[in-house]
Amino acid sequence: MTGPAVEDLLRELTPQVLGVLVRRYRQFEGCEDAVQEAALAAAVQWPAEGVPDNPRGWLTTVASRRLIDRLRSDHARRAREAALAAEAPPQEVPDTDDTLLLLFLCCHPTLTAASQTALTLRAVGGLTTAEIARAFLVPEATMAARISRAKQRIRASGSSFDLPGGAARAERLGVVLHVLYLIFNEGYTASSGSELLRSDLAREAVRLTRAVHAQLPEDSEVTGLLALMLLTHARREARTTATGDLVPLDQQDRTGWDRALIDEGTALAAAALAGPALGPYQLQAAIAATHADAATAEQTDWAQVHALYLVLERIAPNPMVTLNRAVALAETEGPASGLALLATLDGDPRLAGHHRLLSVRAHLLERLGDPVGARDHYRRAARATAGLAEQRYLDARARRLGPR
Amino acid sequence: MKFLISMHINPAVMDALTDEEKTALGVGHGAFIEELTKSGELIVTQALVDPSQAAVVTVRDGRTAVTDGPFLEAKEYLGGFYLVDCEDRDRAVELAGRIPDAAIEGLGVEVRQVMFSAGPLDA
Repeated sequence: MTGPAVEDLLRELTPQVLGVLVRRYRQFEGCEDAVQEAALAAAVQWPAEGVPDNPRGWLTTVASRRLIDRLRSDHARRAREAALAAEAPPQEVPDTDDTLLLLFLCCHPTLTAASQTALTLRAVGGLTTAEIARAFLVPEATMAARISRAKQRIRASGSSFDLPGGAARAERLGVVLHVLYLIFNEGYTASSGSELLRSDLAREAVRLTRAVHAQLPEDSEVTGLLALMLLTHARREARTTATGDLVPLDQQDRTGWDRALIDEGTALAAAALAGPALGPYQLQAAIAATHADAATAEQTDWAQVHALYLVLERIAPNPMVTLNRAVALAETEGPASGLALLATLDGDPRLAGHHRLLSVRAHLLERLGDPVGARDHYRRAARATAGLAEQRYLDARARRLGPR
Repeated sequence: MKFLISMHINPAVMDALTDEEKTALGVGHGAFIEELTKSGELIVTQALVDPSQAAVVTVRDGRTAVTDGPFLEAKEYLGGFYLVDCEDRDRAVELAGRIPDAAIEGLGVEVRQVMFSAGPLDA
């Protein structure tokens, strides 16, 4: 097997092996280090000597040995050594809940979202620290420090290493979904750095969300999040020009959308909506499905998009949702109605000076026939954004409306 | 999210500090750097020499001229910076507030988000 093929295999297997070890030895930090060491050994040996018949068993055995070696050399833990060493590794371990167990550990509430994201990518995604650091454009040392601190924090918190039950489980699942959503967004809204690595991140988020969905197919929010990601990911090729400029939704070449992903996402979105309770991911997926359903931007069922945003606004009030609803309202009732709804957001400190508010207002002013006001808002929006592609797009819109 | 926390110094204010105050400033930065490194939020920090050591470079009609002194005639000059990668703007502001300079009258600490990055990441 070649190097890259071995890498793919390891990325798939290391989280499973980590899950087995954490389950058996009930500690995260040591197990994580041991699995990384075993994976490193495999990455060196397998391309040269061939992949063993049972690669997962090989990794489990090597990682267990490393862990026990480490514990053995650790004088303070000598007492635990005998018990651990005596525990014979079972031949086959069911991997039913391992992904979830690991995700729940990595999304521990004592960690910041940035640490949860990094740890999830390493422990569950099987990415190396260097890969994660590159994706987030920080030095490897910075990412290594963050990951090691996150592991220490989990240890210090005295985590139970069991899947929580009932309400605690639902709450933690909410954090897990949010972290997966953040990973996806980090990859999707690439503002700088290597485009390639960023889309890897989006793909990784899709892969992890698929894994959660496989274990919790009945959870409508999990289904909704997966649908939302697939429907958004399907548009990736059409979102930018060859030179990296942003193409807004209404100008995208819809034949460039990934049909297979859209069909899968649409089916999932429909399944999610049929669930017992409505959640924000389901509704966002339904909105994305409505956009995907239209053959052209003009044929978009804006009334339905508006209705969905209205429900979303009710169950998860958020100025950004109101902002998006204003866009839909402008399509159904005209730009003046959209602007009137935007005016209700003016006093909201969460959106004050936000480039999205400025750029939506610019678009609506342009459609209303106020080029001077539109140009001014496009310029202000361009100055307010931290994304280069977005800035180029907004500056171009301003320029189209005339000289300074 | 990456932020540049820049420290704007006034050489006259720096000169007026007592030795104890200068030592406290150095110790404060040391502790801050250690903590930031541990938390994984520090990307890099650099301190700049006094603005009196600055050179201003201009190219006019293809000819390069180098003159002494800072470009801006100001009381405050860029003294150094921290490049951090932290959760959000609130955290960056909180970090900036812990830099000892922030507590000294006449020195300024400014926070701005990074828009574009390039160069080796192990800087």
